[in-house]
Amino acid sequence: MTFPSHHPDFPILSVLIFSPLVAAAIAVFIRSEGLLRWWTLASTIVIALVSLPLWCWFDATTAKFQFVEHAAWIPSLKISYTLGIDGISLLLVLMTTLIMPLCVLCSWRYITKRVKEFMICLLVMETAMVGVFCALDFILFFVFWEAMLIPMALLIGVWGGPRKIYAAIKFFIYTMAGSILLLVAIIALYLKVGSFDIRAMMGHPYAAEFQCWVFLAFFISFAIKVPMFPFHTWLPAAHVEAPTAGSVLLASILLKMGTYGFLRFSLPITPHATHVFTPYILWLSVIAIIYGGLTALAQSDLKKLVAYSSVSHMGFATFGIFALNVNGIEGATMVMINHGVTTGALFIAVGIIYERLHTRDLGETAGMGKFMPVFAGFLGIFCLSSLAFPGTNSFIGEFLVLAGGFKVSKLMAICTVPGVVIAAAYMLRMLQKVAYGHVNNPDHSQLADLNLREIVTLAPLLVFVFWIGLHPQPFIHVMHASVQHLLEQANGPLANAAVALR
Amino acid sequence: MEDVSGLLWRVLAGPLSAAVVIWLLCHKSKFYTDFGPIMERQAAAFIAIGFLAGSSLFGYWAFGAVRDGAQMENRVLYEFLSAGDLMVEINWSLDRLSGLMMMVVCGVSLCIMVYSIGYMHDDPGISRFFAKLSFFVFSMLGIVLAGNFLMMFIFWELVGVSSYLLIGYWYERPSAADAGKKAFIVNRLGDFGFLIGILMLWGITGEVDFVRVKNQLAAHPVDANLLAVATVLIFCGAVGKSAQFPLHVWLPDAMEGPTPVSALIHAATMVAAGVYMLCRVSFLVFGSPVAMEIIAWTGGITALMAALIATQQNDIKRILAYSTLSQLGYMVMAVGLSNPAGSGYMPAMFHLSTHAFFKALLFLSAGSVIIALHHSEQDIWKMGGLLKKMPITAGCFAVGALALCGFPFMSGFYSKEAILGLAYDHNPRLYLLATVTAGLTAFYMFRCFFVAFFGNTRGEHAEKAKESSWVVLGPLVVLAVASICGGWFGIPEWLVENKAISAEHAPRAVMIAALAAFTIGVGAAAFLYARGATTDALNKLPVLSWVLRNKFFIEEIYMVLVKAGQGTLAWLCGFVDRWIIAGLAVRGLAATTRGTGQVLRLFQTGNVQTYALWFAAGATIILYCLVR
Repeated sequence: MTFPSHHPDFPILSVLIFSPLVAAAIAVFIRSEGLLRWWTLASTIVIALVSLPLWCWFDATTAKFQFVEHAAWIPSLKISYTLGIDGISLLLVLMTTLIMPLCVLCSWRYITKRVKEFMICLLVMETAMVGVFCALDFILFFVFWEAMLIPMALLIGVWGGPRKIYAAIKFFIYTMAGSILLLVAIIALYLKVGSFDIRAMMGHPYAAEFQCWVFLAFFISFAIKVPMFPFHTWLPAAHVEAPTAGSVLLASILLKMGTYGFLRFSLPITPHATHVFTPYILWLSVIAIIYGGLTALAQSDLKKLVAYSSVSHMGFATFGIFALNVNGIEGATMVMINHGVTTGALFIAVGIIYERLHTRDLGETAGMGKFMPVFAGFLGIFCLSSLAFPGTNSFIGEFLVLAGGFKVSKLMAICTVPGVVIAAAYMLRMLQKVAYGHVNNPDHSQLADLNLREIVTLAPLLVFVFWIGLHPQPFIHVMHASVQHLLEQANGPLANAAVALR
Repeated sequence: MEDVSGLLWRVLAGPLSAAVVIWLLCHKSKFYTDFGPIMERQAAAFIAIGFLAGSSLFGYWAFGAVRDGAQMENRVLYEFLSAGDLMVEINWSLDRLSGLMMMVVCGVSLCIMVYSIGYMHDDPGISRFFAKLSFFVFSMLGIVLAGNFLMMFIFWELVGVSSYLLIGYWYERPSAADAGKKAFIVNRLGDFGFLIGILMLWGITGEVDFVRVKNQLAAHPVDANLLAVATVLIFCGAVGKSAQFPLHVWLPDAMEGPTPVSALIHAATMVAAGVYMLCRVSFLVFGSPVAMEIIAWTGGITALMAALIATQQNDIKRILAYSTLSQLGYMVMAVGLSNPAGSGYMPAMFHLSTHAFFKALLFLSAGSVIIALHHSEQDIWKMGGLLKKMPITAGCFAVGALALCGFPFMSGFYSKEAILGLAYDHNPRLYLLATVTAGLTAFYMFRCFFVAFFGNTRGEHAEKAKESSWVVLGPLVVLAVASICGGWFGIPEWLVENKAISAEHAPRAVMIAALAAFTIGVGAAAFLYARGATTDALNKLPVLSWVLRNKFFIEEIYMVLVKAGQGTLAWLCGFVDRWIIAGLAVRGLAATTRGTGQVLRLFQTGNVQTYALWFAAGATIILYCLVR
């Protein structure tokens, strides 16, 4: 049996973007909470299945955008509805659709009030997130980008912890501030190019100074999203207060939008400015890696610990991107995927702890592993993955980033390495406390080990930990042509000409 | 050639499948409650030993193929990672070096697994133990057979994690859990030197495959300084794993693991991986005299320092641990002193092989003593008089000690002689240091032997001690035979095919000096301890014994540094995050915005008179400006 090939008229990306909205619309009319959960789970699984053919149909030999859909939207302003993906966005779209069912599963018992609204928020999020990765028109991109904020802020603000309002507002204002600069940059670019088509904006010969301003506007917007040091303080607050599914979405998908923005917009649209600012951004990344790690070491709240480790891991992603070579960017994209898998899993694990103990304090969780051996096993593997243990996914990404960074600057690459040693320290500290504890552990003998639902939630991520860890080549192969093309844009004649102007 | 590759797969698959099968079947699942706990224990041991025996058989087959002159082509199993100009494949390297190491690992592991049946008999988690042990053997064989730097690094870390798991096997003891963590993090410190070294070498040559790097270096001469730096960084990996000064601090603590683990991982195989790795990349090491100098001195210092500390330890396993450190120092020194044109890495590998046998023997004998003392006493001063109560164990311990000290015609004699001869030829200062160390080795080993086995019993547990069962003694006897005969198997001839070189012996002066050191060491130990001493005679030298007992205070210095450094940094980051960025910058921005709003609000009173006043004031100012 051969897999049916892609029919050029089948709008698979639109289907992926809008079917969650349809599912949400239907969910409005469902009364029973149980049925709502099952409905959301079923629809996210179906969407995930529908997204899988993308992997098979995708032609990895070309850097062109594929599955392109184009329709006029607001012709007077030359705004169009254009979708399309390349090797980099393909991986991110797939990760989004695959993470969603897990988000539903991990909220199964956690969310008890306003279940309908919660599920609708999740589905709307999915629409916006897939849309962000598929949009090829800048206004369309911006619409999805902003649309994402509202359900996310609601997830934090309605279903969050004790300081949920503070965290939701902080999250909202931070990202909003970035978005405004992004909008300014988009309009500035439109005035030069006369179109909102992202492809048209790439490769346009902008003046050097103009590029720098646009780059800075992009940079602040995306750096807040990543988040890069020193724009990261919204992240721990948001993570600590968000419900498990919110944390997972935040860590796995939302943070990737910042790095995706660098790859999709900053590098190809403003190549000259990229080269101007690269050294500073690389150093900021190095600081983020070390700083995030050290701060994580000082945390006693499990979610904060994982949140700060995210800052450190995303530092590797930005470090790889601005290394501006094949190893670096492919490594950075792998880091993005790996971070989605591993940190998502760690947040689910913390959620599992919280559901049982109603605390996330490291001291009070000590010694759980003795009574939850299956959980301890999962946690152990995800911790190893998070500290970039060879044989797991993160090692591949961080190794490639280091290799790419080494070509740019030996000094900076060596400066990032302590980050990896610190990662071992904070992850082992957490694992050892939670799994083994110390002498005077609180009594955990009442705890039940993972149930089937929880195992099903964690198991797919475990598969990816080892799949990427042991056979990463398919993932790298699929993005190779796109990365190559991106580098041609970023390091190509335009960048050189602009550099010569300086 | 097809066959050999297939064999290697099977060699590796054996222990891995054992680990998986045990993990899946032999935990406390319903599957085993039907058969009862005894069945569970026997099943786990049986699975682990069975699979490993199969692996060893395939390994021996591959070994035979190497002996018959089969040369392993770099057969690529699959392309692991290829991004840009970085290409990593999964491939094997099988030659005389890895063949020998593979046989040592398989042989010692088999003995120790059989022994573990007896040693771990009463432990409730025995299936977990065998699963982890099998996983360790898998990772160790992976290091041995890896065909490129990255693969070696992957297995290198896997070995690290299995060591972490096994040290912390009795995780209820905080000391065991801490020791595991310490081992992992200290190792990681070295490993990241290793990783940077690999990246640097890749930067220089553009390859990570052993054979291709070697060819590349031979074809295109590169900057010697750069190469030396890369070599020293790669050596950092060995410093961590082989516990060389200054990263040696984790090994003595690792004795918190079960004794078979100490024997297998922390004496015979894993800690020797660093030395093996240096031999594997000898093409790199031998190309850089500066790096060799550094390696030789690191080894020499470790050997002497550890031997000195060992003279004042009282825990039987810790004495052996420091002795392991010291012998590893010897091996590393031997790599650093190698004569590339002559015997090459032979002396180091020779000593590695013989050491694997007699050190495993010593640890297992110590384990047998610990079994007899009901797992509750390891202090040699609380033993005494065990010679009569457990003669076979005592005999085996004596054989191990004699072999370790280089008693003539036992295995250690030949391998130590090779190293001393090398030092004599190349570096007189290191030669002197090595000979002194040899004397100290004899002293502390026989101090331990005399105190533990001679005189009167000094503890309640020692009173009731009796000889262990045959499942424990069997492996001891096998290893004792190997320790005696290890020098006669022709390991030097195996490693150096040139007969003229492999048959060379050290000058007579070296042998006489070594024998003299041995005699003096044993004599001093006999004089001080053999006549039923109940306290350490060295207590009369308070400063010396105080310094030695506290291991030169290296750990204390590290603790202060780590606490101060890491604690301050982590605190500083927390502070900056909380008060500077979140507090001053972000809240400051928020406060400014709010403040501006507050001020502006004052103007929006809704009072028409106020607006009129402001309007009038504004108009006046404008008029004033215009008129002036």
